[in-house]
Amino acid sequence: MNGHQKSWPIILVITILSAPLVLAYAYLFVDTITNSPPGSVVPHEFTLEHWSFLWQTRPGRLSIWRVTLNSLLFATTSAALVVVVSSMAGYVLSRLNVPGRSFFLAGVMLLHAFPAITLIVAIFIVLQMVGLYNSLIGVILVKAAIDMPLGIWLMKGFYDTVPWEIEMAGIQDGASRFTVWRKLVLPQVRPGIFALALFAFLLAWGEFILPQVLAPSGNAQVLSVYLASLIADDNNFDMALFKSVGLFYIAPVLVLFFVFQNYLMNIYGGGTKG
Amino acid sequence: MRILLDKFSKAFGAVSVIEDMTLEIGDGEMLALLGPSGCGKSTTLFAICGIHKVSGGRILFGDRDVTSLPPQERNVGVVFQSYALYPHMTVRENIAFPLRIAGKSSVEVARQVDEMAQLVHIEPLLDRRPAELSGGQQQRVALARALVRRPHVLLLDEPLANLDAKLRLEMRSEIRRIQLETGITAVLVTHDQVEAMSMCDRIAIMDAGRIVQIATPTEMYNDPHTAFVAGFLGNPPIAFLRGVVSGDAIVVPQSDVRLPKPNGARNLAEGTRVSVGIRPENFGPAGDVPVRGRISFVETQGRENLYDLMLADGSVLRSIQPVRSDIAVGDEVEWSVASDRIFMFDDKGERI
Repeated sequence: MNGHQKSWPIILVITILSAPLVLAYAYLFVDTITNSPPGSVVPHEFTLEHWSFLWQTRPGRLSIWRVTLNSLLFATTSAALVVVVSSMAGYVLSRLNVPGRSFFLAGVMLLHAFPAITLIVAIFIVLQMVGLYNSLIGVILVKAAIDMPLGIWLMKGFYDTVPWEIEMAGIQDGASRFTVWRKLVLPQVRPGIFALALFAFLLAWGEFILPQVLAPSGNAQVLSVYLASLIADDNNFDMALFKSVGLFYIAPVLVLFFVFQNYLMNIYGGGTKG
Repeated sequence: MRILLDKFSKAFGAVSVIEDMTLEIGDGEMLALLGPSGCGKSTTLFAICGIHKVSGGRILFGDRDVTSLPPQERNVGVVFQSYALYPHMTVRENIAFPLRIAGKSSVEVARQVDEMAQLVHIEPLLDRRPAELSGGQQQRVALARALVRRPHVLLLDEPLANLDAKLRLEMRSEIRRIQLETGITAVLVTHDQVEAMSMCDRIAIMDAGRIVQIATPTEMYNDPHTAFVAGFLGNPPIAFLRGVVSGDAIVVPQSDVRLPKPNGARNLAEGTRVSVGIRPENFGPAGDVPVRGRISFVETQGRENLYDLMLADGSVLRSIQPVRSDIAVGDEVEWSVASDRIFMFDDKGERI
């Protein structure tokens, strides 16, 4: 067991370095279901009162379920938009000889590199003018638009790996270009679509600045904004509540990762040659 | 169905690949487009199936002008070099795809798929995916998918290039059998002269966008019109000697080789440079014109040996003979050329 003897110092260093992080996560969880006496870090009683936000809506606030639904709507809709547009635009940029193709490719690249947050004031004014300020639809559109360059670029990369002959074979078999895309090419890039959908969902789920600026109050509030408003609230400062909501907020992300990590690794089988 | 390319031209941008090519393929005929890479044979194939738009001329299927028809409406079956099977579909779905697109009823689809599977011998594989098939099996599936729509013409783009030597031999005869059984007009694109000769009724040999000669394999082998054709057909390949007309003979400079003038060379001027093609089987112990040289290379092929004989002037003749053990590299030998079987070409490569 020579290898183990050699690796123990590294493991020790890693353990020491990551201990604070692990401890912090552990306390994040422990603190939400216990109370500790002032000045102590050792909990003395078990309680569920910090989770009471799940069944009690505080005056002046939206119900947590309404906010969660908003977050869910926000994340799924913008992810769906990104996937639909990217899967089509990526194909066009990868395969079709459209006029201005190189211009669009460069444009997409530029938009991807562009710090979209610098446009926030302009976006704010535009949304206000068209009446989408403080509405979920407004943030969804903006978020989807900001994530799209990445999605288009990603999907283009996936389409580039699909053999050209498969499409030509489909055309020879009598299928229209659209049918070829939908029935023959799209199934080849399924791992890409899935990865992009998950990615865009997580990006939107974790998005804070856009909803904070463009839909800060009212019925469009999402979880990140709700969470921030808890800290901002100086009158009823409740650290344990903040931690509980935080845990509630990251739970879906963790679940998604655990459920789909294998799926993401599992590269879709297939090929053109044996 | 008869296929006619009428003064067909193809250019990519400013680069002209094929100019004014006329080619007729008879009904039920299998024709090989043979040539080195970049000679335009694949371009021709893709023009017939409609993937490439033609730059000039017409393409006719039967009496129908299909020049401006999109690929979907031409009813052409294509087998691609990489087979291009749809990896996410089973073999059955792959073969059924063209029928489903055509909107056939599922009963009809099932019947025709079974029929095709029977023709290409893949009945037990119908529920597998392409990744679970060997190269030869994928090839059969690709053939079935190309043929299931009963196309007017079957196009094969280097269909054997991805197979190992043994499978290539098997699929060669299989493709020919299927073509004969269905009676379909077929065009085979290949750079392998053995494939072209063994599978096809006629060969169109191409070079730099032109058809150099079109003939049956035997005719082309025995009567090549140019040095290029002679050099392309035959394995091991033909060897060329540089000669000069001298009196009633062709002399190879710096050597004692004197070949009698063939009939076509009667009125060549004294001193004209020619090139003489001698196939390996027409050079050996039997023959009428002696040639002395040194053995420079021996290649064992099992049943036969291939000998390279270096002449005094440095040029090399090849001879293929039944295996013999009395000759080794470095030996001086005197063998003979069958002078009635040699080909003579002028300095432009045209046959004399």
